[in-house]
Amino acid sequence: MNPALINLAYLAASVLFILGIKGLTHPRTAVRGNLYGAAGMLLAIVATLASGEVFGSGVQGLGVILAGIVVGGGIGLTLALKIEMTAMPQMVALLNGFGGGASVFVAGAALFDAADPTTQMTVATVASGIIGGVTFFGSLVAFDKLQDLLLPGKPIHFPGQQAVNGLIGLAALVVGYMIVNDPSATGLYWVLVGLASIGGLLLTIPIGGADMPVAIALLNSYSGLAAASTGFVLNNNALIITGSLVGASGLILTRIMCKAMNRSLANVLTGAIGPEAAGGASADEVYAGKVKSASPDEVAMLFDAARRVVIVPGYGLAVSQAQHAVCDLASLLESKDIEVEFAIHPVAGRMPGHMNVLLAEADVAYDKLREMDDINPTFAQTDVAIVIGANDVVNPVANTDPSSPIAGMPILEVDKARTAVVIKRSLSPGFAGIPNPLFAADNTLMLFSDGKKAILDLITAIKEA
Amino acid sequence: MDGFIPLLTIFMLAVFVGFEIITKVPPLLHTPLMSGSNAISGITIIGAMIAAATPSTFTTVLGFAALVLAATNVVGGFLVTHRMLAMFQKKD
Repeated sequence: MNPALINLAYLAASVLFILGIKGLTHPRTAVRGNLYGAAGMLLAIVATLASGEVFGSGVQGLGVILAGIVVGGGIGLTLALKIEMTAMPQMVALLNGFGGGASVFVAGAALFDAADPTTQMTVATVASGIIGGVTFFGSLVAFDKLQDLLLPGKPIHFPGQQAVNGLIGLAALVVGYMIVNDPSATGLYWVLVGLASIGGLLLTIPIGGADMPVAIALLNSYSGLAAASTGFVLNNNALIITGSLVGASGLILTRIMCKAMNRSLANVLTGAIGPEAAGGASADEVYAGKVKSASPDEVAMLFDAARRVVIVPGYGLAVSQAQHAVCDLASLLESKDIEVEFAIHPVAGRMPGHMNVLLAEADVAYDKLREMDDINPTFAQTDVAIVIGANDVVNPVANTDPSSPIAGMPILEVDKARTAVVIKRSLSPGFAGIPNPLFAADNTLMLFSDGKKAILDLITAIKEA
Repeated sequence: MDGFIPLLTIFMLAVFVGFEIITKVPPLLHTPLMSGSNAISGITIIGAMIAAATPSTFTTVLGFAALVLAATNVVGGFLVTHRMLAMFQKKD
């Protein structure tokens, strides 16, 4: 097929990708947007199949391609259908890594195949090798930490860590320079990828489990940049456009997550948060004699006079698989003419937007899921706020104590509600390792229990009342 | 350099387009945005196909490995995004 026609098809595919992301700006148009994206991909694949390079390669080449698509497609199909919504961060981590890996192989193959590579091509190949290698192994570490397999969730530090990282970075640049200088030394490409892989491992292990939303968003961005860089290797517009879209997307999400935790990116990447660095009051000072524990029956009575209830879900909700029970509780309260909304903190789940997906799976309508900035002004008019499995994101200390490690972090202002009910197993601290004065506030009732059991008990108590 | 400048132009413009549209995606849909961007970054599949079609066995093997990874991204990414988005739609 005419190369101009193929490039036009790539252009059409790129437009479809952009329209696809545009569809994601509203839940109503999102499914259609995703289908646009898939159509764009199909178009790009068909156009490539019809190109002289691929179609002209004969039966053997086409057979390899078909086999690769069947194997990869089968893995993708199985993953997509089997994955639990709670494990979505792991799935995205894995796909980020695969994107990086694919770029490493494609750029490598192009380098080996090139008779007389240009400087643009060799520089781009080096960039693909470095970014792709970092992305692949960084994502595997992220996957491992999220899945709690080999590595501990907490940050791993060793003496001279920054120096080692710096040396590996420097070595990668030197090897990269040697490849650009003499592209026939193709063996060096694998040295480069090896160095990048070690770099990817070392850069991700100091990131704590609770900071994984940032790490995944950043690796998402890297996987896009790797694809864009591979586009420069192949002189291919479709790869460049798509890669830069993904790169931009990952960067934006990284920034949003950092803001929501009030941390700098550098601070997250070095895992430099220490509970022992905490100033402020000790747990005894905050809690002694002030914590009021309540039974499900007592909490149920609160709803007799309530007109507005806000539910604040944290990751603990997902851990105890309480999404469906919470949805039932919301429906029950609504049947009593109580207005129910959900307050979603940006870092409520394990990745950007995760909590929304978990609640949508449990049939909570999306217009009841409210963002932090929208819902904070309404807590003053809220009769009961129910906090389930969240801690640091509702800690009023963030607004009141400048010496606190979470000072300045945006929080859900649950303490402003008439009554706050906190469902929690114990008074144990959250990730920041500090006590939460909300638990000891005059208008707070603690319901000590497993999240799911507490909700089910509450439903029973309300029905019997 | 002649071929490089147009490519760089496309790259820069696409980054700006990306920033413009992605800042409009609400936090509600940030997880599907990430899995969806995994899917479209599977566009590397076209590079993988070209590599797999080369005559040398070594680059064919590299192309095959890239094909498997990229095809996983494409199929897994679009499908899991669809699964999630359908959940947001059913209560409409």
